[in-house]
Amino acid sequence: MIKLKVNGKDRSVDVDPETPLLWVVRESLGLTGTKFGCGMAQCGACTVHLDGEAVRSCVTPISRAEGRQVTTIEGLGADLAGPLQQAWISEDVPQCGYCQSGQIMSAAVLLRENPKPTDKDVDDAMTGNICRCGTYQRIRCAIHLAARIKAGGKK
Amino acid sequence: MSDIINLSRRDVLKAGALAGGGLVLGVTLPGFVRNAAAMQSASTFVPNAFVRIGMDEIVTVIVPHSEMGQGAYTSVAMMVADELDADWTKVRAESAPVDPAYNHTVFGIQMTGGSTSTWSEWKRLREAGAAARQMLVSAAAETWKVEPAACSTENGSVVHSASGRRLTYGKLVESASKLMPPKEVALKEARNFKLIGKSTKRLDTPDKTNGKAVFGIDVSVPGMKVAVVARSPVFGGKLKSFTADGAKAVPGVRHVLQIPRGVAVVADGFWPAKLGRDALEIEWDDGPLGSLDTRTQGEQYAALAREAGAVGRKEGDVDAALEKAMSKIDAVYDLPYLAHAAMEPLNCVADVREDSCEVWVGTQFQTGDRAAAAQEAGLKPDQVKLHTTLLGGGFGRRAVIDSHFVREAVQLSKAVKAPVKVIWTREDDMRGGFYRPRAYHTVKAGIDAAGKPAGWDHHIVCQSFMAGTPFEAFVVKDGVDETAVEGARDNPYEIADIRVAWHHAPSGVPTLWWRSVGHSHTAFIVETIIDELAHTAGKDPRDYRLGLLGKHPRIKKVLELATEKAGWGKPPAEGRGRGVAVHESFGSVISHVAEVSLTKEGRPKIHKVTCAIDCGPVVNPDTVRAQMESAIAFGLTAALYGEITFEKGRVRERNFHDYPMLRMNEMPEVEVHIVPDSEKMGGVGEPGVPPVAPALANALFTLTGKRIRRLPIRSEDLRKG
Repeated sequence: MIKLKVNGKDRSVDVDPETPLLWVVRESLGLTGTKFGCGMAQCGACTVHLDGEAVRSCVTPISRAEGRQVTTIEGLGADLAGPLQQAWISEDVPQCGYCQSGQIMSAAVLLRENPKPTDKDVDDAMTGNICRCGTYQRIRCAIHLAARIKAGGKK
Repeated sequence: MSDIINLSRRDVLKAGALAGGGLVLGVTLPGFVRNAAAMQSASTFVPNAFVRIGMDEIVTVIVPHSEMGQGAYTSVAMMVADELDADWTKVRAESAPVDPAYNHTVFGIQMTGGSTSTWSEWKRLREAGAAARQMLVSAAAETWKVEPAACSTENGSVVHSASGRRLTYGKLVESASKLMPPKEVALKEARNFKLIGKSTKRLDTPDKTNGKAVFGIDVSVPGMKVAVVARSPVFGGKLKSFTADGAKAVPGVRHVLQIPRGVAVVADGFWPAKLGRDALEIEWDDGPLGSLDTRTQGEQYAALAREAGAVGRKEGDVDAALEKAMSKIDAVYDLPYLAHAAMEPLNCVADVREDSCEVWVGTQFQTGDRAAAAQEAGLKPDQVKLHTTLLGGGFGRRAVIDSHFVREAVQLSKAVKAPVKVIWTREDDMRGGFYRPRAYHTVKAGIDAAGKPAGWDHHIVCQSFMAGTPFEAFVVKDGVDETAVEGARDNPYEIADIRVAWHHAPSGVPTLWWRSVGHSHTAFIVETIIDELAHTAGKDPRDYRLGLLGKHPRIKKVLELATEKAGWGKPPAEGRGRGVAVHESFGSVISHVAEVSLTKEGRPKIHKVTCAIDCGPVVNPDTVRAQMESAIAFGLTAALYGEITFEKGRVRERNFHDYPMLRMNEMPEVEVHIVPDSEKMGGVGEPGVPPVAPALANALFTLTGKRIRRLPIRSEDLRKG
């Protein structure tokens, strides 16, 4: 049994310790907002937070998450989820939507660390997340908007 | 609404599922009765196959098209809601079950493709909304004992203004359910549209930002197993033998099975299934494609280009014109196989029982997939319930004529007697074929003393993915596959002497429609050659095109709009170059102006793309803009990176590290301008793609003086000559 905390709840799972965190989250815990895109940390669709840091869950063995806090899109705190989701809706960012959980999880870490990111900061933080539909321009706008919302500025 | 008939209450009751309320209407096609009856309940009003109104005021639009990012759920719902005068905050979209009632109005089967979802429903679904509205008006008028003509509708209510009375649609559910459907419906005048033509937030956005959206890969059924399949590494290869011991030793692996397309490992979850698949020892017979190689295939294509080919267009005397030309271009182009590479790898869930089968799949091809599932399950199509989930991208890859990714799941569920989800890894998806065909073009084109085109001899060597399919009769005419020559055969420029020929290059590699189909390669050649002719003639490439588009005012207008907005004529910033392209496809015309520079490393940096589009009447302008942004990213990805290659019969590329996608730091600023007041409705999902690569290549030419003849763009082709 491997014990970990997922979205604030204590969980224990009985899987091979090498099993990627992605599949534990999706299949053992039923949290399917985190997506499988590449399986080799190339696309960012599987991005979750491990003790607050963005990690690619497709290459993170569950043993590495033992005893630690995992946050998925379903459990992203309201202080970040609120502004980001509001901004994503305001800019109508998603198309197919498959990559967007990962995009938001990467953007959340960016905004937490850097409340007023520049375009260059957005490039640096978001270049690991592929969007095949090409919603990048809207993601960029939405991150800037979320930063303003979070700062209490106008929408 | 000529195709709607009444079903008597008794007929409906005979169908067996009417729970309580009223009359159900169906279209004449068989199968709908069952569906409408199933949708009916005491608390809903179901005026037709496309609308369901609940006592809770929720208006559900049943959308016959798949949502794969293009915004179909929202645009289609907007059409219904506008005619219905629904309260948009109460409108929901739901994917249609498989039923002839939902067949494509043009293609005759239930499917999504060809950038048709909006225009093909423009009449049918507005009529569905208008019919429902008329029935609600009649119900209210009857309740109030007034003339229906004295009633109006607004924002989800029927209003009798003379008396100030008002009833919401939810309150009319019961009475409207007892009414006959109108024989004729009146549609709104465009000036009365409240939603259509106004940017409207997508219905699917909230769930796509909180993890709730359900894609095929997210479906879970009690008792479900997960399968990963080992398929032949060479297309057309056959399984010779395999050893399952290693796979069976992986904890969690339940079955190792041979299926027609390979060997499947069925396990408790994806991870043991994948470990089991990796542990299989398999011997394949590669078959005839075992020696397929990109380089030697290129030589074969070059040889094919020298043969006569099937002539798709011939006007004037092209050989004589070229003979007399003042100056000539003799160009050879080679464009590679391309993978769709949707973010969601292929997958399908099937649950086969003795006398039923359920399938959950993100598909663009419901009718075919359901028939295939029925065939594999040994059932009739109407015993198969296929649920269309959201698609994590489609781009054509999820409309497969042989339904292979559905068949595998059904075969496995049937064999193991449990629900099975087949998941393709990224590598399986990348190497699984059904690519945009490789396209090898040769063009000889000339100009006369005045600089006008003098002869255009265009040969296209390209595989047909239509030949040998049920679609062949519709698409292959006089020996020419339209999907191979579209965009080249209808070259819009005034050229007196032109020949366009197609050379079928059967390769055995499975190929398919890929966002914009034939236009994805033909536009590159037509739009770079015309640009080259302009430069050869010493003319501005925009003015040169305009001078040859006399018969195409729509194309002219779009070209003018894009170039005007891009500041054409004013020199770009130091170190930057501008290029333009314009192309008509899928009923729409799009022009892009790309502004680019070269990095220190000699790679293209795209700063901005200015786009103009004429797609006729627009339902959701923001969706049109989104599709242009998307098409530009998609087109740039192909131009800069896209290439599937073969060595010893095997696909070399595996994942996003060697089949890269455009990323955030490479995305240019995109500006979209929509031609207003246009009449002819066209598509928007695909037509933005074709003009991207030629606009980029034409811009790079202004910086390097070199013409790009092969894609993706290679650094060595950008070194100044």
